[in-house]
Amino acid sequence: MSLVAEGLAVGHGERTVVAGISIAIATGEVFCLLGPNGCGKTTLFRTLLGLLPPLAGTVNLDGTPMSALSRRAIARRIAYVPQAHSPAFPFTVSDVVLMGRTPHLGLFSRPGREDRRRVDAALSRLGIAGLAEADYSRLSGGQRQLVLIARALAGDAGFLVMDEPTASLDYGNQSLVLKQIRSLAGQGIGILLSSHDPDHVLAIGDRAALIRDGAILRQGSLDQVMDSTLLSRLYDMAVEVVSLPDGRRVCLPGR
Amino acid sequence: MAVALFLLVLYSLTVGAYPVTLPQALVSLLDRFRGAGPAAGNAAAIDTVLFGIRLPRAVAAIAVGGCLAAAGASYQAIFRNPLVSPDILGVSAGAGLGAILGIFLSLPVGGIQVLAFLGGLAAVGLVAAVVASSRGRESILTLILGGVVIGSLAGACTSLVKVLADPYDQLPAITFWLLGSLAPVTGSDLIAVLPFAALGMVPLLALRWRIGVLSLDDDEASALGIPVRRTRLLVIGCATLMTSSVVAIAGVIGWVGLVMPHIARMLVGPAFSRLLPASVLLGAAYLLLVDTLARSLSENEVPLGILTAVVGAPFFLWLLARGRRGWV
Repeated sequence: MSLVAEGLAVGHGERTVVAGISIAIATGEVFCLLGPNGCGKTTLFRTLLGLLPPLAGTVNLDGTPMSALSRRAIARRIAYVPQAHSPAFPFTVSDVVLMGRTPHLGLFSRPGREDRRRVDAALSRLGIAGLAEADYSRLSGGQRQLVLIARALAGDAGFLVMDEPTASLDYGNQSLVLKQIRSLAGQGIGILLSSHDPDHVLAIGDRAALIRDGAILRQGSLDQVMDSTLLSRLYDMAVEVVSLPDGRRVCLPGR
Repeated sequence: MAVALFLLVLYSLTVGAYPVTLPQALVSLLDRFRGAGPAAGNAAAIDTVLFGIRLPRAVAAIAVGGCLAAAGASYQAIFRNPLVSPDILGVSAGAGLGAILGIFLSLPVGGIQVLAFLGGLAAVGLVAAVVASSRGRESILTLILGGVVIGSLAGACTSLVKVLADPYDQLPAITFWLLGSLAPVTGSDLIAVLPFAALGMVPLLALRWRIGVLSLDDDEASALGIPVRRTRLLVIGCATLMTSSVVAIAGVIGWVGLVMPHIARMLVGPAFSRLLPASVLLGAAYLLLVDTLARSLSENEVPLGILTAVVGAPFFLWLLARGRRGWV
């Protein structure tokens, strides 16, 4: 499966936020978007999810223009994983995950046994089966993020679009969530995520795009993108990418 | 729950000025059900009391309670806020104003129904517009304040109509009606209004899974394949139609739409596909019980709206005192 944007311009109404975006994401890879606050990552996400019409260019899902697909057909292929939130009502974890089955339900139908089975499977896949009956709004941020990922998995989508999945998580939960994301990509799911932390991109990304000033500054494999010069330009500050003896790379503020 | 509601109906049939025992009521119901011929003597009187007065009134109580509770649960889901209800959103007051205009103009019940619906729709539309234009600010506060403001505006207009109304004929009718009561409901009122109530209820019940998903945020619901705007408009339209149908026959009966969904949520959890039917049954049973009390507590019937407020207001205060975490 593939998610391909060509010559895409995104924005609200007359106002273009980012233009000239051409990216292609395949299942089984982690594609990361990096950029300063307000660079338009969320607007781009909403366009790729089909929630916002593109101002120019096209988005193709498995070769079909997204504009030709129904909301439901898109929802079956691309799932959205928002930042961990607290809903107005004290839903249980399985209530929340069950909602992920919505794209597969008819207009008037409600989830059945098979849907519940898939919810259990999604929860087990992320190692949180024990939380099924817990009150979602009382979980930690990391657990809630995993529940939202489970919801996306329950819908059997080929692509997950994650809006800063590690934002506002503590250090332990960040690495827990990152590990799960990497393992999902290993199981053949395509993942598009935005992040504020270059280290997270270095830890789990396959490819990345840097966005700033309304355009893509650079995109490609991590080797092409995650270098000191480019990242310094991206964040308007000196940034050093350092290789550790074991081959891993980390990002540090430059001296 | 459904069984409890049925038992409650039987009980309510035996309560009232004319003595009817439970076996007598059952015999009368069964005879009617079997299509037996007209009864004679005492049995005929029982038939009149049951089918002319108590049964229509029980049906009205069930319809009113069920509709208000369903409307409350639906507004709560759509506005993502467990503290809204037809009364808090100003829908009841708006529908009340419309209905009073109908009474003032001496319209038939169908006309009152239409004006009530328009009034209710205008109120919820105004509140929703206020919330939408104050994006980013505390939306719970805006919703509740918006509803209070719209409600009191409608109240002022209502007072104006009262001043203009004929003090001997229309004014007492309007005043008693504003307090909310099922006493004046007739079988033909029910026949005029029930189809509209059903027209509001059926889509809500049919779409209840999607309405539950909509109680997340817009982007999430949309990404799960739900046409958010269309569904929300439909739900608001249906809930307002039910509220105004009820207001058109029974006047302004507060608190049911707020309190019943809360109790239902405590019983069956917040998942809307279970919550909505539970709210309907609870609301129906509650209003039937309160109405039976209203007509049996004292010689003079206590208006229903007063009783529901006496029960509902302390419950609401208790909810507020428990704070956000406890809004089950």
